[in-house]
Amino acid sequence: MGTSTTATQGIDPGGQIPSFKYTWVERLKKGDEVTHLITLAAAFSIILITALLVWQLWSGSKLPRHAFGWHFFTTSSWDPISRDFGALTFIYGTVLTSAIGLVIAVPLGLGAAIFLAELAPRKISDTLTFLIELLAAVPSVIYGLIGIFVLIPILSNFVVPVLKKALGFLPIFSGPFYGVSYFSAGVILSLMIVPFIVSISREVLLAVPNSQREAMLALGATKWDVTWRAVLPYARRGIAGSIFLALARALGETMAVTMVIGNVAQIKVSLLAPGYTIAAVIANEFTEATGDLYLQSLIELGLVLFLVTMIINALARVLMLTMGSHEVSE
Amino acid sequence: MRRRYPPLTKRITNVVMLSLTGVCAFMTVSVLFFILGYLVYYGGKSLSLSFFTQLPAPVGQTGGGMANAIVGTVKLLALATVIGIPIGGLGGVYLAEFGTGWFSFLVRYTTDLLNGVPSIVMGIFVYGLVVLPMHHFSTLAGGIALGIMMIPIAVRSTEEFLRAVPRSLRESGMALGASKSETIRNVVIPAAINGIVTGIMLDLARVAGETAPLLFTSFGNEFWSKGWLQPTASLPVVIFNYAISPYEDWHRQAWAAGFVLLAGILMVNIFARFALSRREHMVRR
Repeated sequence: MGTSTTATQGIDPGGQIPSFKYTWVERLKKGDEVTHLITLAAAFSIILITALLVWQLWSGSKLPRHAFGWHFFTTSSWDPISRDFGALTFIYGTVLTSAIGLVIAVPLGLGAAIFLAELAPRKISDTLTFLIELLAAVPSVIYGLIGIFVLIPILSNFVVPVLKKALGFLPIFSGPFYGVSYFSAGVILSLMIVPFIVSISREVLLAVPNSQREAMLALGATKWDVTWRAVLPYARRGIAGSIFLALARALGETMAVTMVIGNVAQIKVSLLAPGYTIAAVIANEFTEATGDLYLQSLIELGLVLFLVTMIINALARVLMLTMGSHEVSE
Repeated sequence: MRRRYPPLTKRITNVVMLSLTGVCAFMTVSVLFFILGYLVYYGGKSLSLSFFTQLPAPVGQTGGGMANAIVGTVKLLALATVIGIPIGGLGGVYLAEFGTGWFSFLVRYTTDLLNGVPSIVMGIFVYGLVVLPMHHFSTLAGGIALGIMMIPIAVRSTEEFLRAVPRSLRESGMALGASKSETIRNVVIPAAINGIVTGIMLDLARVAGETAPLLFTSFGNEFWSKGWLQPTASLPVVIFNYAISPYEDWHRQAWAAGFVLLAGILMVNIFARFALSRREHMVRR
């Protein structure tokens, strides 16, 4: 009894500790409210900027949306003189170059990721991954420079003659090759997106629990079998996420593609023909667009690009979240 | 005879496929060295002192440099830092220290959204926001475009580094009678400042090479840009314009500019790698 009274001595029996409770003015002096408000304003301005961006794209493309409606996406004429605009040519170019990029980058990137996660010792793996991630820091205009002066000569001297000899009967490899083409753009894109696939897939593979591997090894499987049948299926969502992220980047990529695709508004089956993409037409024609309808059609192309990359990024996020590995950040 | 398991075909597949993955890794890494090699070879060959000190020479005249583009890029990056870092950094502080509930979810979501915006679309946005009302291209517009592009990474790296500060540090700050904001200012941010600064440098290195948002904001300029409200040359845009030009001499200049730009960007990245190597999770782009 005596001990309990001494223990509570000096403390307000009501449980209130007045000296530790600041009034609003005191808190203001201490700076909590101010700091909260300033940082809140910064956070809010991020939302404001994004909202402004969406609003600008939407309101800036009013004319073509009213004039063409959905036909904008199904017609391929792009004629500033008769004021007739359709996006099909550019959508085709964007989808085709990104598809070529993925066809090359996915096996290459996944193979590299498997090597780095499953085979290479940790130190070597980390060093190689760092070098591959440096590739992602190379600006796209430099990829374009390499594309024009290095890649196109290599393609036209060595790769395309072999392709044409082996697969020339296919319509996708028919016709002459002038260097600038869907194919060149796709190859450059694949080099640009491969670092993303490698670095994210590697992390996803490293996050696969060892019990998965050991269970199958114990059954007498080879290392490859373990990787192919146990590790990859376990990591498939995360890998798909990395591919979607890479796809979003490929779709929005501007400079490197503009420099090697040829910028010819046509739809050709042959991958060796020159073409045009959404981002490239905006980059080339935006400052020269005469007339509101022309300019706003370009803005509508930008809106399309924005919406598509937004949806694909969201899909990637959902896929990686359901993978349930919180270390996987993009 | 003793049967061996796994069977021969499986063992062959194993060796072949695993070697192929090694080939993939080797090929991917070698792309970096190809790019570096060509830039060092062509760029180094075309680089001279006048590249850093002189204005571009008229077509047909050899020599000349890109002093105006180098200064232009520095000005654009300075402006981008002034615009992007306060918003991004303070936004990151908000998310790490104050944010809870639906609002911080919304902030995170829009930050990711902003991060995914294709750079050419950012150019359209700032064109409508700044260039159209002012009726001309300007350094200011280019800086704003790059600044907005810096925000998402600044938010994410600041938040991540602040969150990495141990709880005990915050508690000891509070226990000494400091208010929450005093603790943040004097304890938490100083503890995380190395990481935050490194994150900002990586962020700068990322936007330093952006070309698409500058095409219709800061545009280009063959001479010195007078003040912040005039169009300015910048290294990435000059590389683009010179590379697609038909002149041999301009191609050489483009290689030299590419070499300078890439050298700067990669140096920052490598430095950041070593600065952060003690941390387990590097902030990713």
